[in-house]
Amino acid sequence: MTQPSTTSSGVPAYGRFGGFGGRYVPEALIPALEQLEEVWRKAVVDPEFVGELERLQRTYTGRPSIITEVPRFAEHCGGARVILKREDLNHTGSHKINNVLGQALLTKRMGKTRVIAETGAGQHGVATATAAALLGLECVVYMGRKDTERQALNVARMRLLGATVVPVDNGSKTLKDAVNEAFRDWVANVATTHYVLGTVTGPHPFPEMVRDFHRVIGVEARQQVLDLVGRLPDAVLACVGGGSNAIGIFHRFIDDRSVRLIGFEAGGEGVASGRHAARFSAGQPGVLHGAFTYVMQDVDGQTVESHSVSAGLDYPSVGPEHAHLLESGRAEYRPVTDEEAMEAFSLLSRTEGILPAIESAHALAGAMKVGRELGPDAVLLVNLSGRGDKDVHTAAAWFGLIDEDGGTVLPATSEAADGATDDDGATGTGVQL
Amino acid sequence: MSVGPILEACRAEGRAALIGYLPVGFPSVEGSIEAMKVLVDNGVDIVEIGVPYSDPVMDGPVIQDAAVRALEAGVHLGDIFSATRAVSDAGAGALVMTYWNPVLRYGVDRFAGDLAAAGGAGLITPDLIPDEAGDWTAAADANDLDKVFLVAPSSTPERLTKVTAACRGFVYATAVMGVTGARASVGEAAADLVARTRAATDLPVCVGVGVSTGDQAAEVGRYADGVIVGSALVRCLTEAPTPQEGLEALGALARELAEGVRRGRA
Ligand SMILES: Cc1ncc(COP(=O)(O)O)c(C=O)c1O
Repeated sequence: MTQPSTTSSGVPAYGRFGGFGGRYVPEALIPALEQLEEVWRKAVVDPEFVGELERLQRTYTGRPSIITEVPRFAEHCGGARVILKREDLNHTGSHKINNVLGQALLTKRMGKTRVIAETGAGQHGVATATAAALLGLECVVYMGRKDTERQALNVARMRLLGATVVPVDNGSKTLKDAVNEAFRDWVANVATTHYVLGTVTGPHPFPEMVRDFHRVIGVEARQQVLDLVGRLPDAVLACVGGGSNAIGIFHRFIDDRSVRLIGFEAGGEGVASGRHAARFSAGQPGVLHGAFTYVMQDVDGQTVESHSVSAGLDYPSVGPEHAHLLESGRAEYRPVTDEEAMEAFSLLSRTEGILPAIESAHALAGAMKVGRELGPDAVLLVNLSGRGDKDVHTAAAWFGLIDEDGGTVLPATSEAADGATDDDGATGTGVQL
Repeated sequence: MSVGPILEACRAEGRAALIGYLPVGFPSVEGSIEAMKVLVDNGVDIVEIGVPYSDPVMDGPVIQDAAVRALEAGVHLGDIFSATRAVSDAGAGALVMTYWNPVLRYGVDRFAGDLAAAGGAGLITPDLIPDEAGDWTAAADANDLDKVFLVAPSSTPERLTKVTAACRGFVYATAVMGVTGARASVGEAAADLVARTRAATDLPVCVGVGVSTGDQAAEVGRYADGVIVGSALVRCLTEAPTPQEGLEALGALARELAEGVRRGRA
């Protein structure tokens, strides 16, 4: 592409990862981005800020999150050892809180009183509403209408936490359109409002700043795996929506050249169907939401709508650092279909008693493939970015446990439950009551 | 061909220029070109030809809605050049307003070449700041095109200096912090921003976002070199029961605005 990857002196261009990133936003927002960068860079070297963030991580989020080895699940991964990083056990149920607490503290430092956020699965919205309640900030969350329906539980959670949830009816009525509305709000209210962007996309400094707030995931996990296994893992796996949980767990391993970094995008109904969110398989470099990165687009540069069973991965663009990791060859990205993800969702639930978020289930499905490729000597570290409570409705509908109106579908007679004794749940999508 | 001479001629007449925005492709490509000609026939000096885009973060509901409908009706980026040719042939300045990704996808050099060949004056780029505009600046300069970047009430003196230094044609001052859309009053921020911008540059400064009536055009025209009207014009088309009534309403509003900029400094 024509974007400069380095300046003539060989130094990476400002705010870029290789050629990706930058700041493609209305001029009105530039002062706010400059202020954010300045306040953030000062804060992360200020012992008071660092101490406060660490205290909240320890006493509020519950960090460090543990790792869990999952041998019964691993039987379906070619016998490789599979270790989960349990971001699902964080307060509010996903990795999203790591970034939000950092940005909420920065909001206070900037003297702003209101936060806004976009959300897809609702996890980032819930985390933002939570931090706003904790720190006494006003909170407005934009959410695509379609996502408010498939993540109704999280809408209620945000409202219970005191946030205002604004359903967005534009475009595809999903995450991309929620981001547009958040930017529109931010331009109008930037004097009092900080936009708590929920992933490693957007204009500089968001991709770098959000990554750094999530870097703790990989820092902890690397040591935990060394302590448990005595060596580094062969591969680190994560799902990739915007890419925050993935970059969070990848980053500490980037210099460990023996460790493969593998991200899993939403393959939806299959890349060939056109109904997916596989930006790296089917997108091209372009600009969306402030960054030059991979974007699903048509020949005229119009954004193409994405599709995924998982609201948190249903986004037509991806963080610019991932685009750079792909082009530099340091990381690989593969699509996982809805079907494969739901099978992994069911499998982890039934073999290990852990209900994963459907987003995270994409990484689990990836582990099933990668484990079979690498064989029984391999050690896989998988980021379990969130828990599946929010997805119970979607999953129950997928597996036919509830009807269209949400009513429970029960077997007609007691004999109908006979098949439920299946030992390890290896029947994949065949969930029985 | 730059819009500079048009702005100079208006200045010589003792008035602000009237700049009208319409998106290509609404209600159809032909229909939008006809509407742009109606603007020119009723006193608009420069037409801002909008490229409908799927994710217009600077735009309010009226322009978003027209963009969605234009895209659904099948508008393509290439249609921009027909509209540019038509506006230019009608004797007005033809400036294209576009978010950056369509240009990037088309190819920046190719876009600049095709725009110049169609008689276009240049580009207004709402989500491209000079810091990221290396390719565009080179292509615009090679093709003798205007580069209109935006300044905002939030712009610091350093930003005003940097942005205005990168502009050619005029500087686009956004009157309010917020998206496009008609507003009851344009507000004091606009006059203040124009004054601060003038301290940084000798280029003409045109004000957009929020203007919808002849009285507002007169008020803004008192201190700005150009008055930019978008949503109010678009609404004439989107709210009309029939296309013909839409064009009539559009002509009437353009006349009112043209009268406004002439009354402003009288
Ligand atoms: C549990 C979980 N994992 C992953 C994601 C995807 O986001 P990211 O790619 O930024 O980690 C989300 C987003 O909502 C999420 O809720």
